[in-house]
Amino acid sequence: MNPAIHFQRVSKTYRGARGTFQALTDVSFDIQPGEFFGLLGPNGAGKTTLISILAGLARATEGHVTVMGHDVVADYAAARKSLGIVPQELVFDPFFSVRESLRIQSGYFGVKGNDAWIDELLAGLGLADKANANMRQLSGGMKRRVLVAQALVHRPPVIVLDEPTAGVDVELRQTLWSFIARLNKEGHTVLLTTHYLEEAEALCGRIAMLKQGRVVALERTSALLAGTASTMLRFKTDDALPADLAAQARVTGRIAQIKAQDAGHVKALLARLRAAGVRVEDLEIGRADLEDVFLDIMQGRSASVVPVAPIAPGSAVEVA
Amino acid sequence: MLAGARTLYHKEVLRFWKVSFQTVGAPVLTAVLYLLIFGHVLEDHVKVYDQVGYTSFLIPGLVMMSVLQNSFANSSSSLIQSKITGNLVFLLVAPLSHWAWFVAYVGASVTRGLVVGSGVLAVTVWFAPPGMAQPLWALVFAVLGAALMGSLGLIAGLWAEKFDQMAAFQNFIVMPMTFLAGVFYSIHSLPAFWQKASHLNPFFYMIDGFRHGFFGVSDVSPWISLAVVGSSLVVVSAITLRLLASGYKLRS
Repeated sequence: MNPAIHFQRVSKTYRGARGTFQALTDVSFDIQPGEFFGLLGPNGAGKTTLISILAGLARATEGHVTVMGHDVVADYAAARKSLGIVPQELVFDPFFSVRESLRIQSGYFGVKGNDAWIDELLAGLGLADKANANMRQLSGGMKRRVLVAQALVHRPPVIVLDEPTAGVDVELRQTLWSFIARLNKEGHTVLLTTHYLEEAEALCGRIAMLKQGRVVALERTSALLAGTASTMLRFKTDDALPADLAAQARVTGRIAQIKAQDAGHVKALLARLRAAGVRVEDLEIGRADLEDVFLDIMQGRSASVVPVAPIAPGSAVEVA
Repeated sequence: MLAGARTLYHKEVLRFWKVSFQTVGAPVLTAVLYLLIFGHVLEDHVKVYDQVGYTSFLIPGLVMMSVLQNSFANSSSSLIQSKITGNLVFLLVAPLSHWAWFVAYVGASVTRGLVVGSGVLAVTVWFAPPGMAQPLWALVFAVLGAALMGSLGLIAGLWAEKFDQMAAFQNFIVMPMTFLAGVFYSIHSLPAFWQKASHLNPFFYMIDGFRHGFFGVSDVSPWISLAVVGSSLVVVSAITLRLLASGYKLRS
């Protein structure tokens, strides 16, 4: 069986007046039919370039891409019919209503008399009462829903969502994800890029991570999580961490997070904090999440935990 | 492909029709103003063909000028707006060939050109009926001229990245070439040098051929005009199709 999406040694070089920029280098991986696949990476990693090549918006400098076995250049019509793209930018045509936009998009794909499916999309995405509203009258969240409906209007087997939840409220996220999850259960392949790593962790069975245009991780989500230190110490503090802990901690405002390998290591970390006079509040010990894995990989750190000085046997662990 | 092209054509027609006050009404009013001002001031001062008053002479020129300018405006403004607002992505991800793009955009441009031209004719014809000696010539030149300008509008829309580049194309190329193509005068009234210069302007043949359909007389033979306009259309269409097929300024 053909993979739903096949990237084979894809490279992309942009050449301009200001020089050349290598956006992608030798990217290869497959996404199988029915998968919910996550494509992660920091800004500028090449995610949107890769998706643009998949959609025919950009052309690979080298390599090949197929969708359901159809080459995106040589057999572009069949490839594009198999693909539904939700673009990152919030774009719309101000001349038309929601229903007109969906009918037009459907017509571009040669699908006529599609109103039953359009009604189902409108209902599923909470747009039924906006069907005849002009696109200009919709809020940003509603426009985002229409983009999703436009991508699905020709019933593509493969759906690509390029940061679909950027800047949208919780209600829309939940509506969107329950709808996409339903489509995935019905057999649609989903490729998702997102900055919300908790979404990728919850939804994606497999993940590829891009860094500076190269694939730096390609694993099942569970394997990625298992490959990192499984315990995370989280606490709030107003004090500066000692240098050895600061080097391995992730600090967001007052919240600090440090990885630990096991209970003994947690005890050692707490002792080190106490010895350094760091006052700790709201201490939690939890599992490492995809964000930790992501940061490890992007910062080039190994998944193992940097050791700290061991505490003397029998020392009490006290938290201020 | 046919269904996709048909949808794109329909969408392009709907786009200008939804703002017809601006896209149809305004050019008709402009043409009427030209007719009132130039016709009134020059009616007794300018001699063109025998038996043809100046206002009657002016009407086909104004109709064809409106056809040409609006055909160009339709494809060029639609494409540049879609590029700048980003909604061209809906079209770029669709399985449409470069032929489908070409046929739909140029077809919609011809439609707008003919709608505006008919509007100008319907309103101006009452001032000084120009007659319709050979209507088939008028129709042929209106359709070919509109197609040529629709195709040129596609090239301009693909090339321009900003609205001011598009305005420059319109104001410094399309507008002077239509104005200097004999809309307001017969080139026989020009000095010899400018008569020759006018023969290098393809817009002249479109207007002169179109006018032949009304009066049965023209500055040059309609067959020569047909050859010039037809070959210009083939060349411009070939360039447009090549640009569309290569994804020029559309696909990076």
